[in-house]
Amino acid sequence: MDMSNPPHIKPCGDAALVIEYGDTVDAALNRRVLALDAYLARHPVGGISETVPTYRSLLVHYDPLRLDYADLSAALLEAAAVSGSDSATGTRWRIPVVYGGEYGVDLAEIAARHHMREEEVIRRHSAGIYRVYMLGFMPGFAYLGGLDPALATPRRDDPRLETPAGTISIGGVQAGVQCLAAPSGWHLLGRTPVRTYQPGREPMFLVEPGDEVTFAPIAADLFAGLEARASAREMIAEKVQP
Amino acid sequence: MLQVGPVTSVQDFGRFGGQRYGLGTAGALDRWSLAAANALVGSRQTAPAIEIGPFACRFKVEGGAVRIALCGASRPASINGRTLAFNSTALIADGETLDIRAAQGAVFSYLAMEGGIAGEPIFGSFSVHARLGLGAPFPRALASGDVLTVGNADQSAGERRLALPAADNGPIRIVLGPQDDYFTPAAIAALQETVWRISATSDRMGYRLEGPPLAHAKGHNIVSDGITNGAIQVPGNGQPLVLLADRGTTGGYPKIAVILSCDLHRFAQIPAGGAVRFKAVSVAEAQTASRAFAAALGDLPAHVGDAHDWTISAEALLAANLAGQAVDAQTDNP
Repeated sequence: MDMSNPPHIKPCGDAALVIEYGDTVDAALNRRVLALDAYLARHPVGGISETVPTYRSLLVHYDPLRLDYADLSAALLEAAAVSGSDSATGTRWRIPVVYGGEYGVDLAEIAARHHMREEEVIRRHSAGIYRVYMLGFMPGFAYLGGLDPALATPRRDDPRLETPAGTISIGGVQAGVQCLAAPSGWHLLGRTPVRTYQPGREPMFLVEPGDEVTFAPIAADLFAGLEARASAREMIAEKVQP
Repeated sequence: MLQVGPVTSVQDFGRFGGQRYGLGTAGALDRWSLAAANALVGSRQTAPAIEIGPFACRFKVEGGAVRIALCGASRPASINGRTLAFNSTALIADGETLDIRAAQGAVFSYLAMEGGIAGEPIFGSFSVHARLGLGAPFPRALASGDVLTVGNADQSAGERRLALPAADNGPIRIVLGPQDDYFTPAAIAALQETVWRISATSDRMGYRLEGPPLAHAKGHNIVSDGITNGAIQVPGNGQPLVLLADRGTTGGYPKIAVILSCDLHRFAQIPAGGAVRFKAVSVAEAQTASRAFAAALGDLPAHVGDAHDWTISAEALLAANLAGQAVDAQTDNP
């Protein structure tokens, strides 16, 4: 793929537009999205109210009283021409996880499916350094790239209507950290007491798009204590040196 | 709150800045009526008020007098038996009861109180997002038995009235995209030619549209991208879903078009079973319309007058181009 291809801009009504770099899940595309997002944070355009980076596009909400679609599109294409590809890493987080059993009800099935022992699935999942491609769907749900290809597993045919808060899961080639209880078609490997989103805590959101995430296996008997601390608004997750 | 129907909650203009973290905006479905109610009681247009769903409610005032204004979906309303006029302020004395009946022909009414509602905003907003358990002063929809602390009325002030233009029944205007290329030309035409019906399964997250399924040209899965208020998403079954204030921030179905921000309040007021038509306009036309709408919103306080001096100019508001294209949404004849 020619990474110098300029992105496409499309309107999303009268008060938003989307800058599309492609239509696939691709680490290189995502880096360009995050680079443009970071560039706009460093060089703010008056009238842009917020941006929403996703795998392959940047949604820009703006005030049509202050910005005209055609003018803003031209300015964003200029910004995209110089914003490049984000190579600077964000914060790296270490997130404790209790794997398997009642905490990760699909661990045994995933192990059997890939002809591995459960320990091997845990080892491979917790060895990865993941990148936060985007947050979406529900507050604090982090979509992660960087799953060991040997663990890639198609989504469930019958999505669950409810999965617990703190679920650590995989779906296709992606991995996820889920903050709130929610429906999900992904496979549940474990749970973390970490809350990536918590109203009343400073910061309210823990991870940013572009951050890195690592997972640290912990014993099940530590979960309740960490959960109580998280409930008292401790971060629990640790910042580690890349 | 003596009696509260479902989908009645405190709403302001919404919670912004957290969509990049997956935090939905919530916010009033009919900003025009919220701003009108706020203008009447002297609050800023974006201030929180009670968004009253289609069913009956009864509120009792205790501990002092409260001045209110009721705007939006019309419905019978009274204070201790005295008829309450819409788009006007009224004083409720200590111990009196406000009785609001079922909405007629629309869905949401907005009840603003002079001096506002007490509470601590969360991420800059009072707006209740029931699914996420967020909002102020309660992180949920209102329920019977709740007590809201509101401002004390200035009893020396006179009552005020707001002249509003006649309702606009024109088609709901849309801008095609961002994924209109995922649909056949026939589907793009059908979107605008069909008289759609609002499904009974609609809620603050989104309104489902009943009509002929819209055909995808290249599948119905996209790699998830961001979603705006008013996006018309079409999943695999071809039945459009208009995403509203309590929507998710990202999604993986193609969006054929987005409703103009200045027409969303009209769309959200169409009740279940009601008809709606769409008309595509260019982005430039859409932005001209949204600028006129914002100007009209900002001018609302200037059109609030003494209820006894009833010479407010409805023509001035109409001149602000709120009426849009005078085409009846309920007929087949554009």
